[in-house]
Amino acid sequence: MSQIETLGAEQTHSQRESRLDVEKIRKEFPILRQRPHGKPLVYLDNAATTQKPQSVIDAVASYYSEANSNIHRGVHYLSEKATNIYESARKRAQRFVNAPDSREIIFVRGTTEAINLVCSSYGGTHIGEGDEVIISHMEHHSNIVPWQMLCQRTGAILRVIPINEEGELRMDEFAKLLGPRTKFVSVVHVSNSLGTINPVKQIVEMAHAQGVPVLVDGAQSTPHMKIDVQDLGCDFYTCSGHKVFGPTGIGFLYGKSEHLDVMPPYHGGGDMIKYVSFDKTVYNELPYKFEAGTPNISGVAGLAAAFDFIDDIGHAAIEAHELELLRYGAEKIGAIDGLRLIGTAQHKASVISFVMDDIHSHDIGTFVDHEGVAIRVGHHCTQPVMQHFGVPATSRASFAFYNTRSEIDTLINALHKVIDIFRG
Amino acid sequence: MTDLQELYQQVILDHNKSPRNFGALENAASAEGFNPLCGDSIKLYLVVNDGMVEDLRFEGSGCAISKASASIMTTLVKGKSVSEAQKMFDVFHNLVTEGADAGNDSVELGKMAVFEGVREFPARVKCASLAWHTLHNALLGKESVASTE
Repeated sequence: MSQIETLGAEQTHSQRESRLDVEKIRKEFPILRQRPHGKPLVYLDNAATTQKPQSVIDAVASYYSEANSNIHRGVHYLSEKATNIYESARKRAQRFVNAPDSREIIFVRGTTEAINLVCSSYGGTHIGEGDEVIISHMEHHSNIVPWQMLCQRTGAILRVIPINEEGELRMDEFAKLLGPRTKFVSVVHVSNSLGTINPVKQIVEMAHAQGVPVLVDGAQSTPHMKIDVQDLGCDFYTCSGHKVFGPTGIGFLYGKSEHLDVMPPYHGGGDMIKYVSFDKTVYNELPYKFEAGTPNISGVAGLAAAFDFIDDIGHAAIEAHELELLRYGAEKIGAIDGLRLIGTAQHKASVISFVMDDIHSHDIGTFVDHEGVAIRVGHHCTQPVMQHFGVPATSRASFAFYNTRSEIDTLINALHKVIDIFRG
Repeated sequence: MTDLQELYQQVILDHNKSPRNFGALENAASAEGFNPLCGDSIKLYLVVNDGMVEDLRFEGSGCAISKASASIMTTLVKGKSVSEAQKMFDVFHNLVTEGADAGNDSVELGKMAVFEGVREFPARVKCASLAWHTLHNALLGKESVASTE
């Protein structure tokens, strides 16, 4: 706890400089006016998915009412309009993570598809029997299972970086795991169940020193912090639109063109080809080689609007506000009798996981829901993390820039009601 | 909080706090159940002789609803015949998915009635059913891991 407070103290300067107007921001999110069970909605399940501002909803709707058409093929007015929306969104995504070239942005359904693409296309051609892939103990199932499937297919071996009791990566163990057999490293930037911010730049440097490429799972980092893939130096970076206030079913993969150029296509179909005959097909160039079929154009339009929304607020203001929520929440929630925080890393995003000795998370979730508070209960698609901490499940409150201290108070009051009933 | 009180009746809270027939049973057949949604797991120990469930115990981890359901189930099924137990499974299943009035006229709900409120909480039906599904599979002699998915 003291570590989180120390981190918070360091940040108070930037916090003073960049206060954000939460009440004004909240008005941009129509869903926050919902009243579940007759209570004002307190939405603290942002690590599962974030809510959408009106501008994102409008971008999706106006695509369908003003531009709907297929892209990259028509010569007519609407098709050009739709293609423009789609391709300018690619440049918008490029700016969002500071990628060198928009051809290195591949639109996919989300982080899960992005990882599967790299696993299948890069892994399928570069990783073989006896080779090793390194992931970490705090990965989401989406960064475990695809690699397990690859290992089963190829005879490669999965290695796992352990974590300590605070929920931080054991970097000393990572150094030991890196070896001549290591062919790939795939790690999460921010843990969805613990909130830990991993030292990915250091991981990339260590892996690159051995000539090993690195994928960074950015599903949970992109909503909270400024991402610069050139600064990180990673080979691949992933983003899920619905976690960054954009639509569901859309996201992107950033990949260095030196890799993407030599990787085989992931899906076959229309748009990913230059020439097709029954004898031979010539694949299209980047990024189209990896975007077979008519894509989620409305989703891409909404995603670009989400990036605009985030950048308009500014990452400095977002980070300062969320850090204050984290510090306040960890102190207040952590002080509840018989409650244990799971994940107390020194560097954390605004995620608070906890368990109570005598009250199961599922019961907590149902009770706080009746007070209008949405939190996630369960294993958060990170069963190995639950096994590490010896718990079947946790309750998780995760904050976004539209959350407030008073919402945390509402959660805490709801938790006290559960305690009264169960311990009463 | 009326429907919430309906869900968390005192009987359920009592069984959660002091579950009956809790713990392992030596020299007994066993069956496991798992709810992948929330990570709840249960292990049932059964002694079945001449078509009678002579003894039944459980262990595992889960929420109040799943623990109380398992606890109450053991008190109901112990000493009953396998066919009576299977009938109870059907009654319970109907109760938490359809409600008390759905085709259970001829059957006494007894202690099961405290789970009627579960029907109003679709996310919790699986919690209440886990123990019963595990028992059902065990009595049918199916492979030993039941899942509510």
